[in-house]
Amino acid sequence: MEQAVKPSRTVQIGLAIFFVGLLAAPVVYKRYQRSEASSAAKMSKAQALSRYGFYLQESSKASGIDFVHQAPTLDVKLSHIMNLVASMGAAVSIVDFDRDGWEDIYVVNSKPGSRNALYRNLGNGKFRDVAAEVGLADVNLPGTGVSTGAVWGDYDNDGYEDVLIYKWGKPELFHNDRGKHFTRVTEQAGLPSWLNANTALWFDYDNDGKLDLFIGGYYPEYLDLWHLKTTKMMPNSFEYADNGGRKYLFHNLGNGRFEEVSAKLGINSRRWSLAAVAADLRGTGYPDLFIANDYGVSELYLNEGGKGFREAGKEAGVGFSPKSGMTASVGDILNRGQFDVYVSNISEEGVLVQGNNLWMPKPGASTKAIRYDNMANTFGVELGGWSFGAQFADLNNDGFLDLYVATGNVSLDHGRSYWYDYSKIAGGNQAIISDAANWPPLEGRSLSGYQHKRVWINDGEGRFKEVAQMVGVKDVYDGRSVAMADFENRGALDVVVANQRGPLLLYKNTVAPGRHWIEFQLEGQRSNRSAIGAEVRVFWAGQEQLQQVSGGSGFCSQNERRLHFGLGSGTAVDRVEIRWPSGTKQTLAHPAIDEIHNVEEPL
Amino acid sequence: MGATGTTLPASAGAPEHRASVITRFFSRENRYLPPLFITLILVVGQAKFGLLESFSRTALAIATSMILDMLLARLVLGKWPNLASAYITGISVGILIRSPAFWPYALCSAYGITSKYAIRWRGRHLFNPSNLAISAMLLLVPEYIAALSIQWGNDVWPLIIVWILGALIVWRVRRFHITLTYVLSFIAFSALRSLVVGDSFLAEVAPITGPMYQLFIFFMITDPRTTVKSFRGQCLVAFLVAAMEMVLRLGGSINAPFYALTIVGPIALAIDIWRRSKATPPVPVAAIAAR
Repeated sequence: MEQAVKPSRTVQIGLAIFFVGLLAAPVVYKRYQRSEASSAAKMSKAQALSRYGFYLQESSKASGIDFVHQAPTLDVKLSHIMNLVASMGAAVSIVDFDRDGWEDIYVVNSKPGSRNALYRNLGNGKFRDVAAEVGLADVNLPGTGVSTGAVWGDYDNDGYEDVLIYKWGKPELFHNDRGKHFTRVTEQAGLPSWLNANTALWFDYDNDGKLDLFIGGYYPEYLDLWHLKTTKMMPNSFEYADNGGRKYLFHNLGNGRFEEVSAKLGINSRRWSLAAVAADLRGTGYPDLFIANDYGVSELYLNEGGKGFREAGKEAGVGFSPKSGMTASVGDILNRGQFDVYVSNISEEGVLVQGNNLWMPKPGASTKAIRYDNMANTFGVELGGWSFGAQFADLNNDGFLDLYVATGNVSLDHGRSYWYDYSKIAGGNQAIISDAANWPPLEGRSLSGYQHKRVWINDGEGRFKEVAQMVGVKDVYDGRSVAMADFENRGALDVVVANQRGPLLLYKNTVAPGRHWIEFQLEGQRSNRSAIGAEVRVFWAGQEQLQQVSGGSGFCSQNERRLHFGLGSGTAVDRVEIRWPSGTKQTLAHPAIDEIHNVEEPL
Repeated sequence: MGATGTTLPASAGAPEHRASVITRFFSRENRYLPPLFITLILVVGQAKFGLLESFSRTALAIATSMILDMLLARLVLGKWPNLASAYITGISVGILIRSPAFWPYALCSAYGITSKYAIRWRGRHLFNPSNLAISAMLLLVPEYIAALSIQWGNDVWPLIIVWILGALIVWRVRRFHITLTYVLSFIAFSALRSLVVGDSFLAEVAPITGPMYQLFIFFMITDPRTTVKSFRGQCLVAFLVAAMEMVLRLGGSINAPFYALTIVGPIALAIDIWRRSKATPPVPVAAIAAR
């Protein structure tokens, strides 16, 4: 055995300096980063426009929007953790419900007796709430549950967008009577009498030209959250919970009725779903279904030719590491002509650093199989606090999709946090965690509250930069649902954010001059008339960007159906390829830029 | 967890020809038993539950730990080290911290290994390397890391299996009394905390049913290199760690067990070394350095 020696004084001193240096390195680096961020946050609007190419001005009041979300109040047995269990419900979706060419806003409320609002876009920068006039306001009557979201789709192909309002309670389907009034058709449609859902979307899974409907349960559907028989209704694990709400897949029979086919088609899950998005991820021509689940792994249901679904989350790499999925959005972030998927999760300093996921397809994906890598860290879109809704959109019209993430969970007392108690219970065995009676009382404390939002701009080369503070997004409400629309038909995407127990915010977007754009308003003929599922590829200046018309994405939200493409300094579009859900392919040669194009599916 | 497996007794130098391979494998002289068990936990936990952020991050932690240990042992002590210790430090870091980034795994391992050589008193390192490293990371860069929080699924069987196997291992290496003392103390303090703060006893006791605690109680507080020598002293220190943890918990410290061991462990060890040095004649420098 070798003889050890006593280290010399020089070695000892050198070692001490090395150790202290190691300890100091991250502290010094953090200080440097903070001082940079602090000086950047003081940037003026003109500087932000010049540097980042856009600026977001909160304009809800000036636009006539004065909506404030009211949270649910559930059974008194949950009163000690009420703000925690009732921390969702704020949701927003975009629709042109009266086909006047201006995008409108529908926002839901969640207190029993509270009213939802439909803000009609008057075309002059102002909005007016017409929900009561058209019959969409009073949908949260005591005993019927409360709204948690709404998605729009023309299920009967009459040219007007109908709406499903999903709830913790009785879901409601309303038929749009030519933009003048809405008629409740829930019973005729065959929807269930009660569920506790936090996500839904319209899609035509079998491409038969009629929109089908997916609804994802959160709390189990057999629970009436206002009349609980037991407090054993919480997730049975923080990471492997399988006692949540069931999933529904309603096949559109075409006569105003729907048939529930989830089990028949292979969707069997009781995970706690918070978000879903449908998109043709493999180029099969049929939309796959990606579900982000709280308290567990995400699920990826591959569409097998419209005849069934196969869960392939693990196989694809997205269903392995359990997190707290709260949004599911798709976007072609590198202009590769492929969809990437973004899922938001929780990151809290020193407690729970799940990180958000940016799932990018690995090379070699085929119609049979697809595998993903999580590139969120590499691309710099990973740490977003307690992230909820997120949407991709080209906010600065530079030709690359940016990312807006709403954050913040429960903001109550500023200086008192519930995280310590939350961490106690979250790590416990199922017998402990699943009973709400074991959960320590919230007592007015915050849980990841008062968080700044994330607005990540995409450099197109594999990095995103966080610029929220610099471009005018400075609110710290508990952000939930994010939706994008060009409300003034001027080629700039505005941002609407629904906040839990907070105001509906409208961030109007100013884009720097010299950046071009093009937009497409699609209408199906053989395909569903909303054109949900239609894919548009724009080719310009050596770039190719893919977008699709979506029937719901993000967290409890839906963007405008119109598709917006930023073109940067590009002054011409080479061609546009449209693939309709029916399979019809259409090419537009050299469409004019800086215009909205209305495109009908060719027969 | 972090220093090594077990300290070899005086008789361990001679091979025990009569003992069967299995007996020798499970003997307390086998310093590779705890690392093997942790590796088993890691592999099964990852396959079944996705326990790790990724294998590559854990591999980075282990590689950093082992390479740095070789370099520093050679530089500081003039000898090549037994790498079981560095392996445990690395794998502990790989399991117990969670970060989406890679660099925290390397930095945390570097903290642990460097502390072994930089903070020494009378020839011994005072801090459990991985415990100190994780505590330092949680204090210095909490934005980027958290301690392990993932569960062993949502049924009780994985929990029972880990407890049985873990108990067997620490019993074989004659450290079960430390684990038992700590667990009983934790449960008693949970009851006390429940009375003080008014939360249910189950909420207070819940953390010990999670995997972080199982790794902590079986492998971190039992580390032979950074625990005191006597049986009673070890029980007392385990109790004091639990007591310190309760104090920290009452103050709302989420990572209380790591901090408690970081505070209590070195003080207890320093006192132990000091008391023993007073009771025994001085040991030659070379012998101390060889420890």
